[in-house]
Amino acid sequence: MAEPVSEEIETPVVEELLVEEVSIDGMCGVY
Amino acid sequence: MPLDLEKPYRLNPSVALRPEPFGALAYHFGNRKLSFLKAPDLVEFVRGLGEHATLSQALDARELTDVRRASYLKALDSLVATDMIVEGE
Amino acid sequence: MTATLPLVEQFKYGLDAPICLTWEWTYACNLACEHCLSSSGRRDPDELSTDEIKAVIDELGRMQVFYVNVGGGEPTVRPDFWELLDYAIAHHVGIKFSTNGVKITPERARQLASTDYVDVQISLDGATREVNDAVRGPGSYDMAMRALKNLSDAGMRDFKISVVMTRHNIGQLDEFKRIADDFGARLRITRLRPSGRGADVWDELHPAADQQLELYDWLVANGEGVLTGDSFFHLNALGSTPLPGLNLCGAGRVVCLIDPVGDVYACPFAIHAVFKAGNVRGEGFKSVWQNSELFKDLRRPQTGGICNSCPAYDSCQGGCMAAKFFTGLPLDGPDPECVKGHGEQALSKRDGDTLPKASQDHSRNGKRKVLLGIPSVRLPDRACDTSPLA
Repeated sequence: MAEPVSEEIETPVVEELLVEEVSIDGMCGVY
Repeated sequence: MPLDLEKPYRLNPSVALRPEPFGALAYHFGNRKLSFLKAPDLVEFVRGLGEHATLSQALDARELTDVRRASYLKALDSLVATDMIVEGE
Repeated sequence: MTATLPLVEQFKYGLDAPICLTWEWTYACNLACEHCLSSSGRRDPDELSTDEIKAVIDELGRMQVFYVNVGGGEPTVRPDFWELLDYAIAHHVGIKFSTNGVKITPERARQLASTDYVDVQISLDGATREVNDAVRGPGSYDMAMRALKNLSDAGMRDFKISVVMTRHNIGQLDEFKRIADDFGARLRITRLRPSGRGADVWDELHPAADQQLELYDWLVANGEGVLTGDSFFHLNALGSTPLPGLNLCGAGRVVCLIDPVGDVYACPFAIHAVFKAGNVRGEGFKSVWQNSELFKDLRRPQTGGICNSCPAYDSCQGGCMAAKFFTGLPLDGPDPECVKGHGEQALSKRDGDTLPKASQDHSRNGKRKVLLGIPSVRLPDRACDTSPLA
């Protein structure tokens, strides 16, 4: 995917968090 | 275990990957962990991991920008930590 | 490229399929627990047949629902229970079933220990016979302990002991943990809701304010490895450490209930017409999950209503929808057990005489008030009868 130069300059220093782990246990309201 | 770029990796067979509008949900039937993959391109990448001889080659095949590659590596760290992706073919 | 939403925000808008759901396979039960969320006891004549259940399992498999929490009533009193368990696993739908232990013989325990994708949860509401049987009936403690022993002896690990926290067992948290450790099981503690028969005993059984703090502190100090079903996020405002978990109400968004007659509700603690989304008979489950008006409503951005101005709202998210509903409180206001005291205030202002009633009651012998905590006063009943009235 081609990216214009201006976007590279504005890219935030912190990378996007692409994976997030969720601690679940049957979720609320279930056995 | 830290990522080893020179080893092959694949999605753990105990993991179910379910597409969602935002990317995918990954559920590990063994350790009951649920992970949220928030980008469809990452999901595609993870599905195809096992096709490459090394992780390094898998990443190169995507032609990622430096920033995107760094995001991927962080994501892969997380997936290895939860046993969602494992070394081996 | 758009920034991705934080995970919690994503869940608020709902998912294409539930992550897991609760499925009550029968209203029949050999016990008559005082706080039963589903008011179970007698089988309903209109319960889903073996084939109807298999059809829904097929759908869940196609939707890639990861696992189903099966309960009831007592699910193992269904003659086809073990057949349905095998069927689900064969269709890649994981099953976690909740039981009082009545059918967990050494043989069944060995079977379960060797089966993948099955999880077992034994209900226990007291670390001692006295505390447990006051709520679950004479003999229920021994039955649960026997099941735990059978599972442990069969080599099963990580099965669960599930406890509903009440005024009478908050002080037993350490003992519950020890029981779980002794059996190689995991402890799971959950919140009592004023749902089903729970509404009748809510005032006497729900933890007092100081006990809520005791519970929160215990979870922060000892809760690693203790499961909570995400049911204590209303306590988050008690401290600066948020309890692990999703910490928001998943009703209609990531979870829901299918009841024994096929009705779909937003949550197992909300068996009431207001929270009914449809029925699996006819249109099937997927259609209800994806298209029902109720679920669409729940998936719209919710405001906290009057809770918005409270600094604790971010951590408590307004608490439990079912708890508010069955105590007669507005859904856009505080939880009845709000740790800031706003719930108590709201309760004093509401009309306590016209509380909503659950829309299904399969209790045996009608509802009766029992003096809790004094087991010797109870009449011997059919608590351990394994053939509930049809």
